Amino acid sequence: MNFKKRDIISIEDLSKDDILKILKVAKKMEKNPVQNILKGKIMATLFFEPSTRTRLSFESSMKRLGGEILGFGNPKITSVTKGETLWDTTKMIQAYCDVIVIRHYLEGAARLSAESADVPVINAGDGSNQHPTQTMLDLFTIEQSQGKIKDLHIAMCGDLKYGRTVHSLTKALSLFNPTLYFVSPDTLRIPGYIRHELRTKKIKFSEHTDINEVMNKIDILYATRIQKERFPDLADYEKVKNTYILKKNMLGGAKDNMKIMHPLPRVNEIDNDVDDTKHAYYFQQAANAVPIRQAIISLVLGAEK
Amino acid sequence: MRAYKVYAIEEGTVIDHIESGKGTKVIELLNLKDSTDIISMGMNFESSQVGKKDIIKIENRFLTKDELNTIAIIAPTATINIIKKAKVAEKFKVELPDEFQGIIKCRNPTCITRNEPVKSKFKKFSESPLKVRCKYCEKVFIHFELL
Repeated sequence: MNFKKRDIISIEDLSKDDILKILKVAKKMEKNPVQNILKGKIMATLFFEPSTRTRLSFESSMKRLGGEILGFGNPKITSVTKGETLWDTTKMIQAYCDVIVIRHYLEGAARLSAESADVPVINAGDGSNQHPTQTMLDLFTIEQSQGKIKDLHIAMCGDLKYGRTVHSLTKALSLFNPTLYFVSPDTLRIPGYIRHELRTKKIKFSEHTDINEVMNKIDILYATRIQKERFPDLADYEKVKNTYILKKNMLGGAKDNMKIMHPLPRVNEIDNDVDDTKHAYYFQQAANAVPIRQAIISLVLGAEK
Repeated sequence: MRAYKVYAIEEGTVIDHIESGKGTKVIELLNLKDSTDIISMGMNFESSQVGKKDIIKIENRFLTKDELNTIAIIAPTATINIIKKAKVAEKFKVELPDEFQGIIKCRNPTCITRNEPVKSKFKKFSESPLKVRCKYCEKVFIHFELL
């Protein structure tokens, strides 16, 4: 389980022990967020598609550990516009840094970069495929809010068909014996291959169309955005767009410890009046991006073991 | 009446039990179109194993096991007979390697391998039904979706 020089490309590359190790180091970072353990190290951020919180939290993580950053958030200003391949871009940039963080609109881009570079590569989202540090921060948030990660009852709500975060989180959670409740419109059900995997792993799960059916059973409600651009027929979008709005008056039967998470940005899935309830946890979740990314960067750079 | 109407060969490779209609795809996959060897193909023979089948005979050429195993992507039921001196010297069923690269393209249009000059790489995902997974975009395909 040595992390030094390791690429972090897909949550599926991480074993249960790897995940527990990252969570442990993240807890350490949370207690001591400003350190100098990465002094003299440089992180390159290659963002081929726009992102606010992912890029800024990576950069903040590096700076708070004493490291430097370089990179771009807009590929239009790079040689990519001249037709340079991703392979060449990565090969060149690795000479200027100690770790690369990449976000790209094509699936598999991070894996290809990792093959090209000798320095460790961290995937900050490749198209609709993987975003492993998001999954790790979701796990960290679940553990932080519940005091444990095993044997929890967790509802996933919204777009479960296309939601990348939901797919990766479901796979990672299946290592920790959860009971899962998938709440979505019929057209946006969790994909068959994931249901099949859960059955193979003997994970308890059920599907629902109404969140109220499970509200009193759950420890975590993970809400996601239903994205207009996912619908080939806009009439279908109009039918479901207001179906999954979480309101304060729906939380009456919820358990005391129940926390609501959301990868953000939200549009209208969670009413603002939920924000000041004891259940709202999505801003804390966003804040957790820093300790978890600090943990991952310092592990692959060998500053934490 | 004998099932075979494609004549027997003295030396070479026979690819049998190809699911009916897939024979031409196998020829394409093995790059046999540009070959100067004598190749005969029969289509839609009756088969007790696969219903209807195609069969390919390549004279005087012995394809390697690795080459032949790639056929499993298209025709997982295929069997191979290596013929020497008009007798079956070796017989085996094709078996998809656990990992293979460059033979076929990933079907996901937003996979990096479809947009950059890089060889596709796949891993076997499940045996029955035969599914493979792109090493890059991580999408899983049933074998026939890759054709």
